[in-house]
Formats: sequence, structure tokens, C-alpha cells
Amino acid sequence: MSRATRIRIALTIVAVLLVEALCRFGAIDILTMPPPSIIALDLIRLLASGKMNDAMLKTLWNVVAAFGAAIIAGVVLGVAIHSQRALRRSLEPLFATYYAIPVFAFYPLLIVLFGLGDAPQILIGFMLAVVAVIMNTLAGLDRVSRVLLKTARIHRLGPIETALRVTLPCATPYLLTGVRLAVAYAFIGVIGAEFIMSNTGVGYEISFAYNNFDNATMYPLILLIILISVMLNAALSYWEHALMQKRGYR
Amino acid sequence: MRRALPGVNGLMLIGGLLTAWQILFEIAGENALAPPIATFRYLGQLLGTADFWSNVAATGMAFLFALMLSLMLGLLIGLAFGLHRFSGEVAEPMLVSFYSIPKITLYPIVLLAFGIGMPAKVAFGAIHGIVPMAIFTMTAVRSIRPVLLKTARVMRLTQWDVARSIIIPSALPEIFTGIRVSFALTLIGTLLGEMFGSQRGLGYLLMTAIGLQNVRMIMAVTLLLVLFAATVSVTLLAVDRRLHHDAT
Repeated sequence: MSRATRIRIALTIVAVLLVEALCRFGAIDILTMPPPSIIALDLIRLLASGKMNDAMLKTLWNVVAAFGAAIIAGVVLGVAIHSQRALRRSLEPLFATYYAIPVFAFYPLLIVLFGLGDAPQILIGFMLAVVAVIMNTLAGLDRVSRVLLKTARIHRLGPIETALRVTLPCATPYLLTGVRLAVAYAFIGVIGAEFIMSNTGVGYEISFAYNNFDNATMYPLILLIILISVMLNAALSYWEHALMQKRGYR
Repeated sequence: MRRALPGVNGLMLIGGLLTAWQILFEIAGENALAPPIATFRYLGQLLGTADFWSNVAATGMAFLFALMLSLMLGLLIGLAFGLHRFSGEVAEPMLVSFYSIPKITLYPIVLLAFGIGMPAKVAFGAIHGIVPMAIFTMTAVRSIRPVLLKTARVMRLTQWDVARSIIIPSALPEIFTGIRVSFALTLIGTLLGEMFGSQRGLGYLLMTAIGLQNVRMIMAVTLLLVLFAATVSVTLLAVDRRLHHDAT
């Protein structure tokens, strides 16, 4: 473990202890936020009781659906757009401004279009995630060196075979950045949509608990989501980093 | 078509999006969507009423405060972590993890801490905007070529001179990209804040319109937001490109 990692862990522990102390000594009102130790215990109790299993499963499925669709559509569209220079140039302003547009503002429209089922939530997650995948696919394809493409041509590989054997493997580190962002965005999209308006899912449970002043449910669920997204992000970053180093980048 | 004017691509894109909208309207029908022309007209009507403007002003104020907080705090954090390499190494994964959390789940905590109203909106906007600004600034400062800093030391420049003549000019293009990203995220954050914890503003209008299934209102407000975000973004992007171009 590197020194930076050890300090990071120490800092996190100190921060948690600090919050714990602030709560215990009344600097933070118990009605505002319970001490972290109690939140953690509540989370264990909540998970053991199985009350949240349905909501968690549902959110997970929606995230997986949004993520999967975004990866497939993103890579396919990325490859397609990369091959069409004119199309790429006219789409570039859209990509550059895409994340400035509040995608959640479209959620009401999606509810009107598709009803209050899973579809609008998956679509919001998909809409947030897909452009990150497209952009990183494009960036990855840009880095594929000419020599490799020429070699592929000499070996008379077809376009699909070139993509599968040369271009995509070459672009993998960048694709992985896209994957990591897509996971984060799919989570943000689905949980945000559930939070805004829905009748199931972890996001809904949080907003329901909030409206009922049920801190014993709300804080553990928030902690759960933070833990899951931080761990997923850390795992994917680690993988990405390892791959980059193996390829000699950085 | 290879060397089309820069404006032509933009126009083609806008034309394409408007056509897609009209087609979607033809498929989905009047109960789900409002057509482009009617939406523009309704937005025009709304912009003629004082009440709508007061909501725009409420959002604008909150957004401005949040943006100032995001940019200033983000810049300071980024500079500090960028200049002190080791603390940057410690902090970077933490910043990136925070970036990937669905921050909307933190909203109840923000509300409990600040109460309903302006401070909560501003805080929520800033939560979204600070981290990207900090990450971009940190990367920018770190990637300043060591040769430049060494030269400065050889020439015995003062701290202030180093900042003025080396750090700012060489980090500016990346920092500007940070401003662009931070602008977008702060806007989303502020609007989300208004959707749950506010009695005024465009986010609040959206939320009430959802409750009333007022499709015209939803579309008009969404259109206004998209127009605003896209205009500012395109302008910032143009400046961004010029800075990056000058730098290389």
C-alpha cells in the first residue's frame, strides 16, 4: 500500500470520527443527523431485515439496463460516427454542450410519454451515460496508430474484423474510462429519477423516508448508495490504471 | 462539404433536432408533447409575464451565487492540490469518488442543514460544481512543464511573479475547460435543488407542472433552460478552443 493510500484511509477515518464527535457532543443536532456509528448499525439492521431487497433489486436492474444499453449503443454509435467525418463535425457542438443541458428536465416528458414505469428511469440513466461512452470511444479511436490500421489493410481484414481485432483492443483504456463514467452516470440518472418521481427503488425510498422524517431509514440508504458508488468507481479506476500502465501510457 | 463554414454545422444540427422534435410530436401525439412552434410561442408568452420573470430571477440569483462559490472554491482547492504534489496525490481519488456519487441523494442532508430556500439551492448547486473545477485546475497546474518552474527559480522570480507569468498563462486553457464543465453541473445542481426544496424558480415551476401534467409549461421551461445552457456552453467552448489553440 502506498503512502498516499495510507494517508487517504487515515484522513477518512479522522473525518468520520470528527463527525461522530460533533454528533455525540451535540454540535450537530440528533434530529439533523445521527452519529455515523448509529447510521452504520441502522444500515446493517436494514439490510438484514430484507425490507429494502425489492427496492435495491429494482434499482440495480434499472442501472444495469441503462448501463448495458449505453455501452452497446455508445460504442456502436462511436464507431459509426468516427468513420463519418462530416457527421462527426456537425455533432461535435452537441457533444460539447450535452452535459450542460439538465437531462433531468426531460424526465417529466418521459413520464408523460412512457408512464410511471421503469422505462423513463432507464432512459434518463441511458441518456446521461451514452454520450460519455460515445465521446470516450471517439477519443480512443483517435489514438489508434495509423501503422496498425495499415497492417490490418495489408492483411485484408474486413471492417468488422478490423474493429474487433485492431481498433477496439487498441482503444480499450479509453473505452474503460467511458465505462467508468457510464456506471457513475447510470447510477446518477436512475437514482435521481427515482428520487424526483417514482413509486419504487432506493431513490424513492430515500425521498419517502425524508418526507416522513424517518432518519433511521434515510441516512443508512444514503450511506449505502455512497458506499456502492465509491467502491465501484475505485475498482474501475484501479483496473483502468493497471491497463494504462501495462500499455505504457502514463 | 469538407470545409463547411463553422456556423453551417451548428445550423444543420439545430435543424436536425427541430425536425426530430416535430417527428416525435407526430408519433407521440398532443397529450405527451407540444410541437416546436407552439412551444416557442408559449415561451414567448411566458416571457411577457412579470410572474415568470420573477421565477427566472430567483433561479438566476441562486445559480450566480452557486457558480461563484463553485469556481472560487474549486480554483483554490485545485491550485493548492496542484502545487503541493503529494497532497494532490492523496486527494485526487477522493475528489473523483465524490464526483461519481449520485449527489441527489445528499439533498435531504443539505435541506436539513440549510432549511428550505436560497441557501440550500446555492449549496446544492455548489456541491455539483466545486469538484470538477478543482479536478481540472489541479490537473492543469500539475501539467505545467517543470522546465518553466525551474527557469523561474534560476531567474529568482518571486512567488507572485511565478503565478502571474508562469502558472496562470500555462494553466489557463485547462482551467477554462474546468469553468465550462463546472458551469454546466452547477446549473443542474441549482435546478435540482429548486425542484425539491423551493417555492420559487424554474425548478419549482417544472415540479408543479409535472404535478399538474402541464405539458406546455414543462416543454417551455425545458426549452428555455436548454437554450440558455446551450448558448453559454457554445460561447465558452469557442473561447476554450481559442485558448487551447493559442497555447499549442
